[in-house]
Amino acid sequence: MTNTTESATDQEQPLAIPAARAAGCPFDPPPALRALGERTRLARVRLFDGSTPWLVTRHADQRALLADPRISSDITRPGFPSSVPVQQARIGFIFMDDPEHARLRRMVTAPFTLRRVAALRPAVQKIVDDLVDELLAGPRPVDLVQAFALPVPSLVICELLGVPYADHDFFQVHSAVLINRETTLEERREASDRLFGYLERLVGDKLDHPGDDLLSGLAVRVSDGELTREEAAQIGVLMLVAGHETTANMIALGTLALLEHPDQLALLQQSDDPGLVASAVEELLRYLDITHNGRRRVALADIEIAGQVIRAGEGVVLANDIADRDPDVFPDPDRLDLRRDTRRHLAFGFGVHQCLGQQLARMELQVVYGTLYRRIPTLRLATTLDQIPFKHDGSVYGVYELPVTW
Amino acid sequence: MKVAVDQDRCCGAGACVLLAPDVFDQRDDDGVVVLLDGQPPEELHALVGEAAAACPGAAISLGGTA
Repeated sequence: MTNTTESATDQEQPLAIPAARAAGCPFDPPPALRALGERTRLARVRLFDGSTPWLVTRHADQRALLADPRISSDITRPGFPSSVPVQQARIGFIFMDDPEHARLRRMVTAPFTLRRVAALRPAVQKIVDDLVDELLAGPRPVDLVQAFALPVPSLVICELLGVPYADHDFFQVHSAVLINRETTLEERREASDRLFGYLERLVGDKLDHPGDDLLSGLAVRVSDGELTREEAAQIGVLMLVAGHETTANMIALGTLALLEHPDQLALLQQSDDPGLVASAVEELLRYLDITHNGRRRVALADIEIAGQVIRAGEGVVLANDIADRDPDVFPDPDRLDLRRDTRRHLAFGFGVHQCLGQQLARMELQVVYGTLYRRIPTLRLATTLDQIPFKHDGSVYGVYELPVTW
Repeated sequence: MKVAVDQDRCCGAGACVLLAPDVFDQRDDDGVVVLLDGQPPEELHALVGEAAAACPGAAISLGGTA
């Protein structure tokens, strides 16, 4: 029986990813992916282009590989398992290896240190308080995505980068195209061109009129010859897109998850403990794991896992969404438990590419989760769960709309 | 416990400072780790151990038991 099962598995078609989530279980990873993870530590999967990279299922293996220097993030290498057709023209540092990656990343790390992020907390609290005031004074029901979840991180990242918030419609529309995994290469190229042109003009403005913001810092490096204007604009695009789409989705999807788990929501509403709010943020990051494409890498050398060998040049997908439901690391992993120890989650990735903005994201989410539900304690859905449009087609998961009332 | 950091490997994620702010800090200009206390007191050993494990760049090494 065992032999039959094994040979059947060998001949099985590789699972096509992204796989679909189960109807009625919008917070859980796709059942086919989880079933794969229960059967094996390493399996072939099939991508949109027919290529069949490896998928790593377990938390411990993913963590080890993400920190392994034999694994590359260089999207231009043959075998790299891209989630969408690759635009070779402009590559951000998230798709580069050290030392070039480190050189560029360090140029923009300063605003994201714990000290700088902590200093920004009162300003973020003011942004959140003002937006809640507007919600309370405005009509009901309201779409929480447009009225709150998007504006919070957009206002913060605009301030930090030195991008005029008045342009938010423009960059939110084009960002949404860029992170949709079902848009065409042409559509993404146009969105990328528009955003790139916009940031390039802004960097030019900062060259003439420098301020105390991240783009001005990059403009100074352009003047000093450390960076080309194109590199500066490309970093700006990355910061702008990554800076608001991810946190916005955590705010809206996190709110929905809490509304669907009233006992957990009550914990947040009834506690004054900043430790509980911080732990809630980590648990929601783990439970929702919105970067549901997995981390993508390519092997630089032969790497053995569980008796099998990933050959040099083969693609590797590290499925962080199922790793963060690994029962060996997180007991009873499908339970949302705001008080659990969730420190080892992979929602921000691991290795030298681990999220640059993670301390900012944590702080923004702590302020939001610690404020919104206490100030609007009767917040509830103005629709039913089955009517909510989820971002199944997004490279970042979330909801397109979240109608709420109170 | 003796703590050492490799600034070349640091990616400035801040995980160590979050866990053990009395032992680790970050440079203001590029977020790279700064070691504040290379021989932290025993009550911090568990957190420093966690910081070393949590470091995404494997930039923190621990040695000795004294």
